[in-house]
Amino acid sequence: MTSAVSVEGVSKRFRLYHERNQSLKASLVRGRRARYEELWALRDVTLEVREGTTLGLIGRNGSGKSTLLKAMARILRPDEGKITVAGRLSALLELGAGFHPELSGRENIFLNGSILGLGRRELKRKFDDIVAFAGVEPFLDTPVKDYSSGMYVRLGFSVAINVDPAVLLVDEVLAVGDESFQRKCKEKFADLQAEGRTVVIVSHDLDAVRDLCHDAALLEGGRLARTGAVGEVVDHYLGRVHLDRVDEGGLGARWGTGEGRVERVEVLDATGDVATVVRTGEPVVFRLHFHASEPMARPVFSLGVYSVEGIHVSEPTTRDAGLVPDKVEGRGHVDLRVDRLLLVPGTYDLSASLTDHTGAHPYDVRHRAFRFEVVPGTPFERQGVVSLGGRWEGEALES
Amino acid sequence: MTALATYAHVRDLAVNLTLRELKGKYKRSVLGWSWSLLNPLATALIFTMVFKVFFQAQTPPGQPSGLSNFPLWLLCGLLPWNYLANSLNGATESLVANGNLIKKVYFPRQVLVLANVASWMVPLLIEVGVLAALLLAFGNFVLPWLPMVLVLILLQSGFVVGIGLVLGAANVYFRDVKHLIGILLQAFFYATPIVYPLSLVPERVELLGLDVAVRSLYQLNPMVPMVEAYRDVLYDLRFPPVGDLAYVAAWGAGCLAVGLLVFSRLEPRLAEEL
Ligand SMILES: Nc1ncnc2c1ncn2[C@@H]1O[C@H](COP(=O)(O)OP(=O)(O)O)[C@@H](O)[C@H]1O
Repeated sequence: MTSAVSVEGVSKRFRLYHERNQSLKASLVRGRRARYEELWALRDVTLEVREGTTLGLIGRNGSGKSTLLKAMARILRPDEGKITVAGRLSALLELGAGFHPELSGRENIFLNGSILGLGRRELKRKFDDIVAFAGVEPFLDTPVKDYSSGMYVRLGFSVAINVDPAVLLVDEVLAVGDESFQRKCKEKFADLQAEGRTVVIVSHDLDAVRDLCHDAALLEGGRLARTGAVGEVVDHYLGRVHLDRVDEGGLGARWGTGEGRVERVEVLDATGDVATVVRTGEPVVFRLHFHASEPMARPVFSLGVYSVEGIHVSEPTTRDAGLVPDKVEGRGHVDLRVDRLLLVPGTYDLSASLTDHTGAHPYDVRHRAFRFEVVPGTPFERQGVVSLGGRWEGEALES
Repeated sequence: MTALATYAHVRDLAVNLTLRELKGKYKRSVLGWSWSLLNPLATALIFTMVFKVFFQAQTPPGQPSGLSNFPLWLLCGLLPWNYLANSLNGATESLVANGNLIKKVYFPRQVLVLANVASWMVPLLIEVGVLAALLLAFGNFVLPWLPMVLVLILLQSGFVVGIGLVLGAANVYFRDVKHLIGILLQAFFYATPIVYPLSLVPERVELLGLDVAVRSLYQLNPMVPMVEAYRDVLYDLRFPPVGDLAYVAAWGAGCLAVGLLVFSRLEPRLAEEL
């Protein structure tokens, strides 16, 4: 297979200035430019993205993922090495970059399109598609400064995705917009993959990377630590992050068709009170409040527990428990009762979802939208994610 | 991508960015575009007041047009000067002002400077049109000379774009450039025969016991023959001296070449310095 993007021995060095604002005075006084230190954001990175595949770039904050993506997009010029891209490239780094707030939606489509590399004739041809996808027809002649943030982002995404790129670079932007737009983006994305476009994604959301990508590349301190099939690289990474606990925060993405909605998830502690802090080893109830505005046939409730590092700790579902009601309607809640919470102290995120019985049709998915804290209890353990609930024994321990 | 497609893309982009600048310029003001006409007229009025009424300056008579009108004479020099000053100020800021765009999207960055200069050329063309109408009303038959004005605008634009490229990129590295250019432009305004005629500049001056050829030094400033040429064509209705035109053209081409070269050197690290 031929490669769509080939990165050969790329290094990138940034200058970190001691004074924030670059001033002529500083250079005149010292007879040269302001003093700086060098930071290698990328070090001798070599990798290939095979044509028609999706590659995920993963790694901790500051490991150089965005730098590599921007170098592929030609925004940053490598100090060493070479990057070649076969075919037209479009980078979704920030949606609606280049929009002028005073100009109308229509004017901004042409402006943004030409910034992204679309010719006038091509734009005219795609104009209706862009408008339809963004769903902004009634506001075409309104200045974009009066758009809601959702409309703004939709229009930005719509223009960028219609550039018809052979290679698409994406930086976290799939996690924006409201639920229905999220779903549309995911569909569009799947279409692009099916059409054989090459995609490179930077994401903190390891589940999304697992879902969307064929391959992954792991960066560590600007060096390529591992590349290969996505599952293997992500597992390897999880083994690592796990050791040095980085905080990358919940993402709060939401999607679904909306017949039923997850209203909120409550955590009830041993006394039965709503809490945000619970103790290892104590009983806990996770209460999922839902509202089905239309009857949901054979719904499945599930709760996902994630460590803040993104490790998917557990995902109990009502289907796996063999509890599948024929129909659920109106408002209510379901409880997940845990007799002994065996999570080690730390911060955890909860996902909650409502899907149909096949799992293919999401009513409402709220990804890592709730957060709770676990403080030390019994058993007292500090490392890892879960406790096995075991006890140490032995004569050697008894004196 | 073929070279032709790239050219078409850059052209489309330049046009769209120019339109963006133009539409943005007077969007929130009540009088909108009228400002671009009111400004030079007001300036001409103020200068006429100061120099004609207070200083009792002579109105230089048009040779051979015979026109004698101080405000019109002033405008013939003021309009090209405003074009220069506005575009150099704008070009200096153009990259920093579009920093977010530069950091998020790749496109040839020169287009930002180009679009800024073009966005000042449009009001210049309108102003020159109005000035031509005024000149006609005062009996100066300028119509046959208008193509020559366009040639001058083109030469001047090469000059402005070249310097603008250097200033715009330099301002990313040193934000002081913006302030420096403000002062320099003020100095150059008075070092160019806009509010006074060239004939007021003495040939030679005794300075610290030295005989200095002031006029020759003064005429090294490329804006001197530039403004003189605009006046020749619009006010005097005569062909500018060929030597002056060649001098101006050489400066225009030279600045453009140097500007493009310097810019291509500074361009690779623009995104990270912003
Ligand atoms: N414009 C810049 N100037 C200086 N340092 C930068 C710049 N951009 C990124 N860096 C540094 O380069 C390193 C890699 O950053 P980045 O590529 O953003 O990492 P990631 O996307 O993996 O979080 C970080 O240490 C960051 O601070």
